[in-house]
Formats: sequence, structure tokens, C-alpha cells
Amino acid sequence: MHGFANPTRFLRIARPLTPWLLGLGLALAGSALAWGLFVAPAERLQGDTVRILFIHVPSAWLGMAGWTAIAGASLAEIVWRHPLAAIAGRAAALPGAVFTALCLATGSLWGRPAWGTWWEWDGRLTSMLVLLFLYLGYMALSGATAREGGSSRIPAIFGLVGVINVPIIHFSVLWWSSIHQPPSISTGGSAMAPAFLWPLMVATLGFTLLFVAVVLMRMRALLAEAQAEARMRRRAREAA
Amino acid sequence: MSAVKAKHQRLILVVIALVALVAAGVIASWALRNQASYFYVPSQFVEDPPAPGQAIRLGGMVEANSIKTQSDGVTIDFVVGDGDARVPVRYSGIVPDLFVEGSGVVAEGKMQSDGTFVADNLLAKHDENYVPRELQDMNDQHKKAAVAETTI
Repeated sequence: MHGFANPTRFLRIARPLTPWLLGLGLALAGSALAWGLFVAPAERLQGDTVRILFIHVPSAWLGMAGWTAIAGASLAEIVWRHPLAAIAGRAAALPGAVFTALCLATGSLWGRPAWGTWWEWDGRLTSMLVLLFLYLGYMALSGATAREGGSSRIPAIFGLVGVINVPIIHFSVLWWSSIHQPPSISTGGSAMAPAFLWPLMVATLGFTLLFVAVVLMRMRALLAEAQAEARMRRRAREAA
Repeated sequence: MSAVKAKHQRLILVVIALVALVAAGVIASWALRNQASYFYVPSQFVEDPPAPGQAIRLGGMVEANSIKTQSDGVTIDFVVGDGDARVPVRYSGIVPDLFVEGSGVVAEGKMQSDGTFVADNLLAKHDENYVPRELQDMNDQHKKAAVAETTI
């Protein structure tokens, strides 16, 4: 893991990897959305509203995976003091928050025709909203410590404590009776017909690659920002 | 050597903190089991009947051939069951698209003293099965399995 501790070494791998991830992610996500919109059949009860699934599910997955990544980076920050950990956590927060918001918005749009309501204070919906607030809090906290020169261990503790919400989101539909349906896809198999499952898999893979590409780009931007600031400080010192 | 020790010490501390956190989360979720539930199922209604007039949510499966439209055209009567118990429900208004017999439903309303649940809001519940329109003639076993999985 410490092989990537050197930012130069990280950049040497991240720079050529980014366009590949970005291109492949865009192609996969785009074709999966076209597949879901024009090729996949209408669902037995939901009709055409089922097509929102192909954005909703990858968004939910990336919202939860994004926080898991933040928690992993926080662990690396606290235990190993990894020099790139704080930057990785900050880089994952914004795309994670965007996908969480997308998940809530698409779910609400689907809920109106399917359930008959835009929003319910149900276990799954509420815990997902809490995740969005956690992201906003983490972004404010990590941004402030980076700007004001505070310890990056403070947002790392926040990132680690917040991870408790991820299993709560997952199990919310199993522990408590909920308006939200239980997961269709488990290790035991799929309750979803292949006509929906395949475009969903491709969309999930595509959006995940896009997510990783965005995180790498943001990490490079944050690194460049830190370097530029260090250079400016040095010059100011030399001029004084 | 001392650097390794400090690293291990931090790792152990973080692991202990995470275990405590997860335990606290699980205990809290467990304690919330009833409070965080979005609705009660018919067998809970039978075990511990809610007071008439108390606002409560009832969730379960709409029993087959139980939806009856009254002569006024907007009031419907149907039966919500969970395999063990059944509760008759009355509702006036527009029903959501997914409200069909054999599918999940959540009714918000009050229990009447005659044992009928009068709903003032009706929500449909989708199950985890996604089936194309062409395949809607599922066999009975599949349907039963779907009902059993979505009803607690």
C-alpha cells in the first residue's frame, strides 16, 4: 500500500489510467441507459417507470460505496498516516454525495407513480437521507481542515464513525417492515428477470468506472492545488 | 521498531472503536425494531389490537378476489392478509398504479370498533420481483414464493 505513498508514483499510474476509465465508463453507462430506455421491456406492474431503475440502483450503490471508500481512506489516515489518504477521502466525497442525491431524487420520482407518494419517513428512505447529510458534513469538515490547516485526522474520525450508516441502509428493509422492496439481487440469485438484470449490471459497472475516474481526477486536482500552494508559500518566504 | 508499535497500537484502538460502534449500532437498531417499522402486519393486529381511533399503518398482501367496489364508485373494500391473519379494509379515493390483488399494500388509517380498518391513505408496495409484461403469467408456485418473501 505504501508503494503509492509517493505522489509522483501515484500520478504516474493515475494519469494514463484516467482517460481509459472515463472513456469505458461513459461508453458502458451510456449504452446501458440506451438499452434500458429503448430495448428493455416494460415491467408487469410498474410499466415504463421501471426504467428509472438503471440510474437509481447504480446511484444507490455508488452512494454507499463512496462512503465505504471514505471509511477505508480514513482508516489508512488514522492507522498508517498514509499521505494520500486524506486527499482520497476528500476526492470521493463530492461524487458520492452527487450519486446519493441522484438516488434520492430518482427514487422519489419513481415512488410517486409506483407507491403513490413522493416521500415517506421509512427506514430505507430516512437512512439514505442521513447518508446525504453525512456527505455534506464530511465535505464541510474536510474542506475546512484542509483550508484552515487543521488535522486531517478529524474528518477521518468522522468518516470512520459514519460508516455505521452503510450497513443500516442495507439492512433497513430486512430488519424493519418498509415501503421499500427488499434487495432483488443477492448472493443466492436474482428475483429480477434477465431482461432487466443485464442492462442494470452494465449500467452499474459503467457508473462505477466513471466514479473511479472522477475520484482520480479530483485527487490529481487536489494534489496540484496543494503543490501550487506550497510553491506560493515558499516564494513568499523567499521574497520576505 | 517503535514506529511499528505505534502503528499497531493505533490499529488496535481503531478496531476496538469500530467494534464498539457496530455493537452500539446493532443494539440501537434492535431496540428500534418495532418503532422503526413502517407498518404493522395483520397478525400483529390480531395479537395486540390497536385502540379504535388510533392512527396506525397496516401492511400486507391484498388477498385475491377481495377487492369490491361499492355502489358510489370510489369506495373499495378489500382484505389485507399476511398468511396468518386477515383484516378487512375500506378506502375511498384514487388508488396507486401498483395496487392490485396479490400485491403488497400499506394502508394508513384507523381501526373501527366493528373490526374494519378505514384507510385515509393507501400506498402500494412493490416486491423485489421484476418481471417483463410478457412473462406476467407466472406460475402459482412462483407467485406464492413472492408473496411469502415480501410478507414478514
